[in-house]
Amino acid sequence: MASDNIQIKVKRQDGPESKPYWQEFEVPFKPHSNIISCLQDIQRNPSTCKGERVNPVVWECNCLEEVCGACTMVINGRVRQACTALVHKLDHPITLEPMSKFPVVRDLHVDRTRMFRNLKKVKAWIHVDGTHDIGEGPILPDEERAKRYVLSECMTCGCCLEACPQFSKDNNFLGAATFAQVRLFNAHPTGKFDQEQRLDAVMGEGGIADCGNAQVCVEVCPKHIPLTESIADVGRQTTLQILKNLFFK
Amino acid sequence: MDKRARKFVVIGGGLAGLACTMKLCEAKAEVVLVSYQAVKRSHSVCAQGGINAAINAKGEGDSPDIHFYDTVKGGDFLANQPLVRDMCFQAPAIIHLMDRLGVAFNRSPEGHLEFRRFGGTLYSRTAFAGATTGQQLLYALDEQVRRYEHDGQVTKLEWHEYLEAVIDHEGVCRGAVLHDLRTGEIFTVGGDAVVLATGGPSQVYGRSTGSTVCTGAAATSAYLQGAKYANGEFIQIHPTAIPGHDKLRLMSESARGEGGRIWVPKKAGDTRSPRDIPEGERYYFLEENHPLFGNLVPRDVASREIYDVVFNKKMGVTGEPMVYLDLTHHSKEYLDDRLGGIIDIYEKFTGDDPRRVPMKIFPAVHYSMGGLWTDFKDDGHGLIDHQSPRNQMTSITGLYAAGEADFQYHGANRLGANSLLSCIYTGLMMGPGLIQYAKNQDKVFENVPHQVFEDAADKWKDRIKQIKSMRGKENPYGLHRELGDVMMEHVLIVRENAKLEKALLLIDDIEIRFRDIHCLDTTHWANPTPSFINQLHSMIHLSKIITVGALLRNEFRGAHYKPEFDLEQPHDFDPHEYVDYLEQKHYGEIPEGAFPEDHLAYMKRFEANNENWLKTTIAHYGEGKPHISYEPVDTSLVPPRPRKYE
Repeated sequence: MASDNIQIKVKRQDGPESKPYWQEFEVPFKPHSNIISCLQDIQRNPSTCKGERVNPVVWECNCLEEVCGACTMVINGRVRQACTALVHKLDHPITLEPMSKFPVVRDLHVDRTRMFRNLKKVKAWIHVDGTHDIGEGPILPDEERAKRYVLSECMTCGCCLEACPQFSKDNNFLGAATFAQVRLFNAHPTGKFDQEQRLDAVMGEGGIADCGNAQVCVEVCPKHIPLTESIADVGRQTTLQILKNLFFK
Repeated sequence: MDKRARKFVVIGGGLAGLACTMKLCEAKAEVVLVSYQAVKRSHSVCAQGGINAAINAKGEGDSPDIHFYDTVKGGDFLANQPLVRDMCFQAPAIIHLMDRLGVAFNRSPEGHLEFRRFGGTLYSRTAFAGATTGQQLLYALDEQVRRYEHDGQVTKLEWHEYLEAVIDHEGVCRGAVLHDLRTGEIFTVGGDAVVLATGGPSQVYGRSTGSTVCTGAAATSAYLQGAKYANGEFIQIHPTAIPGHDKLRLMSESARGEGGRIWVPKKAGDTRSPRDIPEGERYYFLEENHPLFGNLVPRDVASREIYDVVFNKKMGVTGEPMVYLDLTHHSKEYLDDRLGGIIDIYEKFTGDDPRRVPMKIFPAVHYSMGGLWTDFKDDGHGLIDHQSPRNQMTSITGLYAAGEADFQYHGANRLGANSLLSCIYTGLMMGPGLIQYAKNQDKVFENVPHQVFEDAADKWKDRIKQIKSMRGKENPYGLHRELGDVMMEHVLIVRENAKLEKALLLIDDIEIRFRDIHCLDTTHWANPTPSFINQLHSMIHLSKIITVGALLRNEFRGAHYKPEFDLEQPHDFDPHEYVDYLEQKHYGEIPEGAFPEDHLAYMKRFEANNENWLKTTIAHYGEGKPHISYEPVDTSLVPPRPRKYE
């Protein structure tokens, strides 16, 4: 980075029904700065390169250390978190766009409610008797725990769905993140008790069978969650469940 | 009356808010859960290390009573003891519950929970789930609340902001004024009680280890409505964080535990790459000033030393507020094996490889021990009466606080891995009392005149309208950064009354300039600017609570360090002498020669200081500023004594 300023092109949209438009900003280059600090610089001086005063860019963020999943956007054509996108590692000018697979709320802020709704569909929880003290949880080997741990790092950021050719705004495909959660809960000694309900939820339209096996989800996952392996595993579980339903129900 | 479902409003979807929601739903209540964003993105996800519970899994002789002692001692005896003791006694059950909810806690060879050591204790008491314990705990509670949402007991209002409590003519909280952050609509929601589980205030310092939502605005709003705010001056500073333009990210203490050395170039403003600076031209200030402990001095000492080097000696790396934390003397293999996780984090955010170049770190605001004053009722046996509606209630009837937003549990300094515990504990513990409170009411919110709710909403409609009409010169985001800079420079690690007084003048100046703000964005849809300006207003008031509290507290206790009032503990002093001293005093005269002279003089100073200052700071809002008074601390279980960590 030789120049002292960074050019940032932002795809803006005033509301869900509005037409998107582009604006270009210039912010000072600071070593080790990330996209969040560039957007904060724009907040402190919301003027375009042409000198036009505009509304500050709207985006979603919180933890700024890649554990909350909020600041996911498309940066130079690639979906990722803005907090870990360091400007000196990016090609310039930098382009920022909202994720395309979710409805835009405003500017870079999108509505990912669908992901949380899907978690309800597949009953992504463990049904306990109550919160009162009934002693220790199930005993299990650390290797089992480790397998579940990687899956439970999913921060519902939506990268896998943005990259997925099967997932679109106008279908009801559940997508990799949800399938991995089915695997997570079915792998728990108590969570297993509800596995039939979860598998029933991933059968049929929008379910596991609709996965086109493009394998891009796993490439963009910031937490390196074994998504394709999870889809294959849940696929196997579903096949068994279909057979079971056929013969025993 | 009895058939009516109890209805509660919980503000905040972190550990405390979710735990409380879950507990209330289990008691068949209905909950409106309000969050600034999707609850799954709450700040609790940032906690890494773990959660404490004295299960004695390793046969070390640990017990809840020792956990209790470590916690009150760590907090320099400023915490109300029955609450702390109750929390420590509940901790094992809380860990087992979280385990049953599916948290992927690391396991022992036999498949039980694994525990590790943490600061301020000699016992392996900290359960952990990899390096993301907070995230894992939050997700487990989020999942349980999602189940209740699926079953219709929880209504989630995400992308909504709490503006104020609805308080009726009798001074009772009957609901909350909310701001829909997408439509901009302002409306009220009624409830039998309102719970503020809204986290800490670290954004007052601009940049910290906290998340962007941690503005403290909700708690401050309650204070502006008359609620007492307690111990605001007690802010924990973590010595090692990664400086960033947007945030100061935590760098785990384990880096120093594995031999990390802290240094700065001897020549101030040296621009050479650290690797080109020869050993003789490096200032290893912790090692030089603390030959015995070296880089492993306690957190508060390390923070103070780094501050001194950077601000007083002006020796920060390349003139900036940071120092080196150097691991490069270790082999890559060693580092990957012992510190892999945290090295990756550093590399991801800075682009530098700590295996090759020293890390650049600086202390950062990390946690607020202070918060909204909350009540409790002990059971007369050193624990808490869990059925009491007084538990966690603020000084406004019907308004409750939990988690980092309240002031209890940690006294003057919090021990590591106790925050996740106190958040979940408060959320769960307050449940039965809330139900009792709802049952015992002589009037329910549905019978409160509509006008009360309408007036509350109208006030805020006007307020937001007024903010949107602000056409001055000041950029609110720029002004926020200036406020943070003032707090960082004057009200951080080393506190001096002259600087605190100056800070108050600077804050006054910022408050005046606040009136000249320009509301950059006046659109109606998904516009965060008016909301931010309102939060900035709260942050200005909160900065005053912190600063005035610090100015008036003329002592050195826990995280509140005022060198002028250091009691200067003799180096060979043993805290047990003080217990003997109290005992001998109890039976009459202290025999001559019972203690070395300087020890006796120190103990007398210590006793006199506690007489003056072992009390809770209470800030009351009036005429634009905090009015400070003090309340006694319940030290009925363990007599306070001098702190010392060998």
